[in-house]
Amino acid sequence: MKLKAMLLAASSVFALALNAQAETITVATVNNGDMIRMQGLMDDFKAKHPDIDVEWVTLEENELRQRVTTDIATKGGQFDVLTIGTYEVPIWGSKGWLVSLNDLPAEYDADDLLPAIREGLTVDGNLYASPFYGESSMIMYRTDLMEKAGLTMPDAPDWSFIKEAAAKMTDKDNEVYGICLRGKAGWGENAAFLTAMSNSFGARWFDMDWRPQFDQQPWKDTLNYYLDLMNNYGPPGASNNGFNENLALFQQGKCGMWIDATVAASFVTNPKDSKVADKVGFALAPNREGIEKRANWLWAWSLAIPAGTKKADAAKTFIDWATNKDYLALVASKEGWANVPPGTRKSLYANPEYAKVPFAKMTLESMNLADPKHPTVDPVPYVGVQFVAIPEFQGIATAIGQQFSAALAGSTSADDALAAAQQIATREMKRAGYGK
Amino acid sequence: MARSISTSRATVTGVVAWTVGFLVFFPILWIVILSFKAEGDAIGTPWHILTSPWITEAYVTVQERSDYFKHFMNSVVISVGSTLLGLLIAIPAAWAMAFAPGKRTKDVLMWMLSTKMMPAAGVLVPIYLIFRDFGLLDTRTGLVAVIMLVNLPIIVWMLYTYFREIPGEILEAARMDGASLREEIVYILTPMAIPGIASTLLLNIILAWNEAFWTLRLTAAKAAPLTAFIASYSSPEGLFYAKLSAASTMAIAPILVMGWFSQKQLVRGLTFGAVK
Amino acid sequence: MATLHTRSMARLMISPAVLSLLVWMIIPLAMTLWFSFQQYNLLYPERTGFAGWDNFNYFVTDFRFWPAIANTLILVLGVLAITTIGGILLALLLDQPFFGQGVVRLLVLAPFFVMPTVSALVWKNMFMNPVNGLFGHIAKAFGFQGYDFLGQAPLFSIIIMVAWQWLPFATLILLTALQSLDSEQIEAAEMDGASAFERFRYIVLPHLTRALTVVVLIQTIFLLSVYAEILVTTNGGPGTASLNLPFLVYLNSIIDNDVGVGAAGGVIAIILANIVAIFLMRAIGKNLDA
Repeated sequence: MKLKAMLLAASSVFALALNAQAETITVATVNNGDMIRMQGLMDDFKAKHPDIDVEWVTLEENELRQRVTTDIATKGGQFDVLTIGTYEVPIWGSKGWLVSLNDLPAEYDADDLLPAIREGLTVDGNLYASPFYGESSMIMYRTDLMEKAGLTMPDAPDWSFIKEAAAKMTDKDNEVYGICLRGKAGWGENAAFLTAMSNSFGARWFDMDWRPQFDQQPWKDTLNYYLDLMNNYGPPGASNNGFNENLALFQQGKCGMWIDATVAASFVTNPKDSKVADKVGFALAPNREGIEKRANWLWAWSLAIPAGTKKADAAKTFIDWATNKDYLALVASKEGWANVPPGTRKSLYANPEYAKVPFAKMTLESMNLADPKHPTVDPVPYVGVQFVAIPEFQGIATAIGQQFSAALAGSTSADDALAAAQQIATREMKRAGYGK
Repeated sequence: MARSISTSRATVTGVVAWTVGFLVFFPILWIVILSFKAEGDAIGTPWHILTSPWITEAYVTVQERSDYFKHFMNSVVISVGSTLLGLLIAIPAAWAMAFAPGKRTKDVLMWMLSTKMMPAAGVLVPIYLIFRDFGLLDTRTGLVAVIMLVNLPIIVWMLYTYFREIPGEILEAARMDGASLREEIVYILTPMAIPGIASTLLLNIILAWNEAFWTLRLTAAKAAPLTAFIASYSSPEGLFYAKLSAASTMAIAPILVMGWFSQKQLVRGLTFGAVK
Repeated sequence: MATLHTRSMARLMISPAVLSLLVWMIIPLAMTLWFSFQQYNLLYPERTGFAGWDNFNYFVTDFRFWPAIANTLILVLGVLAITTIGGILLALLLDQPFFGQGVVRLLVLAPFFVMPTVSALVWKNMFMNPVNGLFGHIAKAFGFQGYDFLGQAPLFSIIIMVAWQWLPFATLILLTALQSLDSEQIEAAEMDGASAFERFRYIVLPHLTRALTVVVLIQTIFLLSVYAEILVTTNGGPGTASLNLPFLVYLNSIIDNDVGVGAAGGVIAIILANIVAIFLMRAIGKNLDA
């Protein structure tokens, strides 16, 4: 008895001595607003965990992704916490590159995570990343222009309604374009949008034998519909418009409708930056008549720990702090509920305070509709709604995105773009050794 | 009469030159203007941008968010360090090549220059592996070495062309007078070579300051210079022109001011032997 | 005797200096060569081994390969054309006496100090965007639609951006050369009744040959490896319209994570650079010896 007490005392002294020396962890993150806000709240973390210092590496999304990929694949060991998306987690998790987060403290309450998000970040029963904020996509539209056009947006419109509304809202003389969609090439830009859109036309990237499907009718329908919409009712220069360019257009009142990430809702309804803040409505992303899947995607920026870090415990402490319920409450108390990182927890959407946020309901519904493990009408061998969670996807989708962008710019036809897409995907998949 | 013609001609020249100068400079001016705007105003029409309120909010935000001074110091150490190291290696070699050229000297030089055209992306992983094994990732030392390598061909070439301008007869004459090699270098070569070395130094500091591939990909939190500082403001979700402009202004200003103050020295040796 | 002395001294200095220089330059090159024959994808660390010519074959059979080569050359030639012609004109202008000469020179010099990524972001968003860019607003003020620079003329737009950054360099060198021109020669020609154009064609231009050679040579080195401007603006598109060789290497080694193919592309880029260099030396190299 005495011995045990002595041992306990000794070990606690030892623990204290260890704690006295602060451990520094390096966190790599994206320069989006929610992450910047987190960096501003570090006083709270420091107060709760004085033994852990945090150093930030904040970079633009693509730069960060490439930086972090090089490091984890070569075991460079520069980072203790990584900000990665739902694309990387299944790939890296299955390679054993990430530390399992199943043993986070009970207060973390993994059961509270939104099921679709949790599923997307889990491989073989291991949660490999903790979602920081999640998003789907939905329609944002101008209520005043819709009214002027004599139409009412249903909660769940189909593509033909979108086309009709776009035609009626377009007023090019006054620089109002019926619809703004992503056209800028990139796997996270137009390829993401068109992949999600193709799901709603019954298309898929690969069949069960990993054969590319760009030569099939559903993809032709998707691309032709997209080009028709954008050429007639879209803004000029659309082949270079990504999320940010469209956001700027919408905020200046130049878009009638915009189908994009749900996080955009907090920007377009913010009166400080948006001229149309009080005239925005929301609806589910469209589908084609008779097809159950909608054109909404699913993404979550998540925090993960690279295998091989010597500071896994401190890293886990940090991830728990940054993604648990207390953090949401902390942000709400300092910045208001509209600025809480959205799309990760059921409890947030059950909160009556948060329900007052105008886009909360539609965000949740959109996220619940997305199913990363069964994204398409026909069965597929891959995970991911607006992406295919295989290492080759980045390269293929970047090249294919260029073809779609060229079709939008008018320098190639839809048929040629799809033929090129089929060829690009076939070639790359063959080199990677699929379907052998 | 003749005088008034030349005055009016000077006026016309002046007007044209000022217009051209203004147009060339305009994009930079525009960055500075945008840095004093609110994000919502910065995406407006030019007229709106010029008439909306002038504020310093973007600078305040950038200042709160990033440790500018740390990035600035890293930039200084990396650009100056890599240039000095490069000069240390290049001066003897260029001197030798200029004063005792072999048959192949020209070819060697040309080949060196052509290695400069190797796309950095093709060597990233090999370099990254070496850096990992030597513990050089995210260190200024490592970056100094890499940036030096990147600019070495230019440094050698500039020095070589400049040294070649120094007439060999002067050396012969000095030697006739019994000057030792040390005296030769200290009293004759060095004074004549200094303008060339100075302008090589300046040009390479500029090039190293603006290097944005290696400086981003081999650093993390500690050694990241101003290029990484900029990369944390470019293209987030949401509006960013004002903040990016403020960050850009802060990153460009030091090198611009240095360049302006030293432009005489810079230009003097920047001729690569082009002016006789 | 003196020559012998110099020679042997030079040998002494040359051995460590030039050798260390060569070592520094050969390390990255040797590594690139090694990896270009290896099977190595970052995301498949378990698949390794000798790849033979596979990587090279994969790189050159890419349908983007030939467009990339063509665009690389067009980009270099386009920027060279703008900067040399613009540089000569600007140098002639700045060589004249006028009020505030020094200040104007500083203004013209400034773009050279701007980081390529910043310059590309500014041009893309604040100037060339057809709706929100300055050019778009000017066009609209005259009743036209804004021109979609990056969608309709992507390579040309990138040429403009890069030329803006290199114009100061060309101007400065040419201006320095111009200032060393003997003014008596010009005056004599003027007395003989030579027109302004003739004076330029037969006196000024020959005098500038050497400077022009240097401008072409140095810029070519940098222009063959342009990459940041493309990354920030068009990512090589639409399609392959603005894709150059360094960017294709980037796509393979960083977006595809295929280190082997990326290295093979790097080797091909160096070979191309050497071909250009040999060609350049043949064509204009003699100007340097004068």
